[in-house]
Amino acid sequence: MIRFEGVSLRYGTGPEVLHDVNFAVPPGALCWLCGPSGAGKSTLLSMMYLALRPTSGRLSLLGTDVGRARRDQLPRLRRQIGVVFQDFRLLAHLSAFDNVALPLRLARRPEAQVRADVGEMLRWVGLSRRIEARPPELSGGEQQRVAIARAVIGRPALLLADEPTGNLDDVQAERLLRLFEELNRIGTTVVVATHNMALLDRYPARVLSIAEGRVRLDG
Amino acid sequence: MARRTDPIGLGAAMADRLLPGLAAAVSLLAALALGAAIAAAALAERWHGAASEAVTVQVSDPAGKLASGTPRIDAALRLVRAAPGVEEATPMQDGRLAELLRPWLGPAAEQLALPLPAIIEVRPHDEDWDPASLRAQLAEAVPGTTVETQGRLVTRLRALARGVQALGAVAVLIATGIAACVVVMATRATLAARRDAVEILHLLGADDRQIASRFARRAAARVAAGAVLGTATGAAVLAALAAVAGPILPINPARVGFSLPLLPLAAAAIGWGTAQLAVRNWLRRLP
Repeated sequence: MIRFEGVSLRYGTGPEVLHDVNFAVPPGALCWLCGPSGAGKSTLLSMMYLALRPTSGRLSLLGTDVGRARRDQLPRLRRQIGVVFQDFRLLAHLSAFDNVALPLRLARRPEAQVRADVGEMLRWVGLSRRIEARPPELSGGEQQRVAIARAVIGRPALLLADEPTGNLDDVQAERLLRLFEELNRIGTTVVVATHNMALLDRYPARVLSIAEGRVRLDG
Repeated sequence: MARRTDPIGLGAAMADRLLPGLAAAVSLLAALALGAAIAAAALAERWHGAASEAVTVQVSDPAGKLASGTPRIDAALRLVRAAPGVEEATPMQDGRLAELLRPWLGPAAEQLALPLPAIIEVRPHDEDWDPASLRAQLAEAVPGTTVETQGRLVTRLRALARGVQALGAVAVLIATGIAACVVVMATRATLAARRDAVEILHLLGADDRQIASRFARRAAARVAAGAVLGTATGAAVLAALAAVAGPILPINPARVGFSLPLLPLAAAAIGWGTAQLAVRNWLRRLP
């Protein structure tokens, strides 16, 4: 599902921020990505959602060798990956509904199905009354729920979340992690980056630890 | 992609607000250049026909206007037809003479009681034919007769018209290039303004075609709107010119009317294609 083989990354001519990373996350796994702030968790996730390409080494995602894939093959691969960005990355000029609908519309799903699925998803995250609100009109927690809804609406094969509980209260965080577990049970591979070690105790799973540019997989 | 929404937020981008105005200005210039090229082509065509008939023999009579069939004309006609190098010689009918004079003397040219000479149109075998010997024979046999040759002048005028026509075509090409450059700059500015939205869509799985076609449709619509305005203004200017200088400057309404509507269509195609290329080129920077 996710395979890093001797992967290194550097920005421009700067020093390597990731060095000789080797690990494999099997299909259907639930995995925590842990490490101190600045250790490179977001960088590693960025490579997993194809925002960054390795400087060297081999990265395979969902059975595709990213380094060898043609450029026109990557959008289809990206559509199979749901991402909850740490800074949400919502489109400020679109309503909550249209933000959540984006992955379905990009995949050219019928509009009737888009309406039904997005309505249901927004009800599930407790935003059925905020459908028409734009991100600047939403609180941080509400924006995060929109971002989560957008990440899971397309039933991705791989779900990546960067500190997804950061702006949620305990109840919402609990519901979110149960959703991740539920998606994982039906086959979605889930990788969640967090610095909250308490979550690891409450939801035991594989742990990818990152420190000083090196990565270790436990469990 | 979204049917009713604008996921990139192009509607909120200010960067291409000037695009219709610039497209209107460029289209106006293109319309005028096209009109000039068409008029020059018509002039060249007219002068091409005139070049072969650019030798005329004028048989004047101090007593007044000559009627065809008079001995002076018949004598001149016989001499001209017998001259070496002459393929054909025809007395000009009054109707045709009036038609030639109409642009200068108005619709009443035929009724004017002017002492006009009789004209014999001569078509030589060769445009460079030298009528010196014919001129001498006529001066001796039919005094008061003159031989006019405008072949060299007409050839030069024709070359000038072809030159104007070529310049018009070059001007249209330059206008096309300017339009493409304007679209590229506006598209790049819009991309810079909406970079975050484009990157998010790219990460969510939008392919290059989906993103580029958004920009292309908008560019085509804005350029076409400006081009319609510019072309309409150009058409009005050409119509006014045709009304004022129609007899001299032959702006054929049918040919101009067929060509000008193509300008907004061509402008829209340029806008669409250029924006597509500019956006796809920009997107190649993304991973």
